[in-house]
Amino acid sequence: MSILIYLIPIALGAGAIGLAAFFWAMQNGQFEDLDGAASRILIDEEEDER
Amino acid sequence: MNAPARIDRADALHSAETRLVVPAMRCAGCMARIERGLCKVEGVEAARVNLSAKQVLVRHGPGLDETDLAEALRAIGFEAQPVTATPPPPDDAETRHLLRALAVAGFGMMNIMLLSVSVWSGAAGVTRDLFHWISALIALPVILYSGRPFFASALAALRHGRTNMDVPISIGVLLASGLSLYETATGGAHAYFDGAVMLLFFLLAGRALDAAMRGRMRAGIGALLSRMGRSAGVIQPDGSIRRVAAAQLEPGMLMLVAAGEALAADGVVEKGTSALDNAMLTGESRPEPVSVGSSVHAGAVNLLSPVQVRITAAAHATALAGIARLMDDAGQSRSRYVRIADRASRLYAPAVHSLAALAFVGWMLAGAGLHQALTIAIAVLIITCPCALGLAVPAAQVVATNALVRRGLLVKDGSALERLAEVDVALFDKTGTLTLGEPRPDLSGLDAEARGVALALAQSSRHPLSRGLAGALQREGTAPVALADVREESGVGLTASWGGVPVALTRSSAAGEELACVLTIGHRAHELRFADPLREDVAATLAALGEQRIEARILSGDRESAVASAARKLGLPARGDTGPAEKLQVLEELKAQGRHPLMVGDGLNDGPALAAAHASIAPGTASDVSQQAADAVFIGERLMPVAAAVGVARRTMRIVRQNFALAIGYNLFAVPLALAGLVTPLVAAIAMSTSSLIVVANSLRLARMAR
Repeated sequence: MSILIYLIPIALGAGAIGLAAFFWAMQNGQFEDLDGAASRILIDEEEDER
Repeated sequence: MNAPARIDRADALHSAETRLVVPAMRCAGCMARIERGLCKVEGVEAARVNLSAKQVLVRHGPGLDETDLAEALRAIGFEAQPVTATPPPPDDAETRHLLRALAVAGFGMMNIMLLSVSVWSGAAGVTRDLFHWISALIALPVILYSGRPFFASALAALRHGRTNMDVPISIGVLLASGLSLYETATGGAHAYFDGAVMLLFFLLAGRALDAAMRGRMRAGIGALLSRMGRSAGVIQPDGSIRRVAAAQLEPGMLMLVAAGEALAADGVVEKGTSALDNAMLTGESRPEPVSVGSSVHAGAVNLLSPVQVRITAAAHATALAGIARLMDDAGQSRSRYVRIADRASRLYAPAVHSLAALAFVGWMLAGAGLHQALTIAIAVLIITCPCALGLAVPAAQVVATNALVRRGLLVKDGSALERLAEVDVALFDKTGTLTLGEPRPDLSGLDAEARGVALALAQSSRHPLSRGLAGALQREGTAPVALADVREESGVGLTASWGGVPVALTRSSAAGEELACVLTIGHRAHELRFADPLREDVAATLAALGEQRIEARILSGDRESAVASAARKLGLPARGDTGPAEKLQVLEELKAQGRHPLMVGDGLNDGPALAAAHASIAPGTASDVSQQAADAVFIGERLMPVAAAVGVARRTMRIVRQNFALAIGYNLFAVPLALAGLVTPLVAAIAMSTSSLIVVANSLRLARMAR
């Protein structure tokens, strides 16, 4: 049963990383423009662009 | 990546940020044109388009202001309006908060489930106690964080001596956690942290969806309000002029409105004569002449010369703000079904509590232990929560309204969907409804060169005819030529020089019924005639209405001859020369025959008919009276939203009835089981969440059907 001492923190840690990633994404405005993100991929890169 | 303009907050010290609404953007091409076009403008450091909100955020040097940016966008070919409030609206904050709470609840639920599964599969003794303790450690903070929206709402209701759906949820969650904590501390066999957290997770999922859908609908209202002037030059008693923000304007102030400026408040002209572009409020494309004593409305644009206006209504009292408020009401409006559901929930909430209390007392009397009686009471409390019943109508309506907004139709009132569903005959006004109601030039006489000159001239004026001309040329893909020395003379027209050749766009001297203007290049002169064409998809819309067994007719105030030609083209029975009273009479007759008429109209003269009809729709270019009277407003040049509205409304009502059946059926089935003590709090939480989710999922089918 001692394996639990490792497994439970690992499971919790993995979940917490996912949660932190979601909070970061939201704080960072990743969900601000869902339609735009889908369309942006269609914009052609131009030669003269910075 | 193709993100030409990432906006960092750190180096925003010397530059300003401006947000503009660009209603016309709808594809990747528009995004690229706007971002690249703006980045080429002198002084612009970065531009980032948000397609969902139809906004562009521009960071620019101090030398530019929002008017320059709007002009720059107009040169690229997009109408733009600055946004008043830079921070996002409060609804957005609510959605974000719900999403965070949902994420936390999801995290807690998964981890607790992991532990619960091991307990169910036979962990015993110390291991089980350890797992319960870990569950408690995860669950308690999660419940405190994620449960806040429910606890806050329940507390607010209790403070006012009422109960709502959140009260039984809160009590259930708190009791279940308390009991589980006691179980854990005393080494008992069952803990219900999983049930409590799962309940919160699924309820939050429903609420977050709901909030996100409402938020999207309100974005359109913000765009409307941003048309209003944001500040005005107020004439002080000593004759000097001070800029005052629109929100600080008060009735009685005297404001000076320069040519080209949008009015920031309603008022009466005290000095000067001019012409106003009132298209936003009245739908009338001709400029409206104003002189001393004329009343003017916020949102109108002064076209010719400066006027002094005594303010009669400002800020939230303006007619424009009134329309926006009406539209905002749509989100919370109470329809018949919502009222039934509300009343049911209100009667139901006390019933839930007494039923749970009765279950507790009954099982105690029957000789069950305190612990067992409490467990059963919690299960009853959770399982009877009327969430599914409460969601039955709003979920369907919100999904349907949102689907319609995407197709260009704003439904102002939830009950409008119910009435739209019953419609069986449609009456159309002609001008502005079947036709576009705005001048479209006849471009056939112009060669490519003349088109370029015409566009360059028309672009630099705000006059409705110029705008109509510029719009038509831009749609043809015309590129403007470079002009020098562009000058606009009030009431006459525009003059400029094109590589030494004098060019002009002036008023037509032949003032007839038709609108016209003259384009002069050197010695050549072209007369441009403007006409009001039928909307492109009128025939398709009428066919779609026919498929839904709705009879269509034309009921117009225009001359009989003009109406007859349109009627022949469309093959509809028509009546012209009808005044407001006659239109009302036609509607009353139809109603007396037991029909349910739908009125579609835009003019002031349609106002009474729109209000009297069983259901009514007005185009977005209609007068404010018509927009207020109508149940729904459609935006854009297509008439199809009218047919779509009826179809979606009918499907919505079918879904609402299904939802009611599901919610009631669930309760009839589950409550006896809970009372009999056959349901543990975990199963209760699953059953209750599932019933809510099924109702929401059933409503979401509307979004796909309406596409």
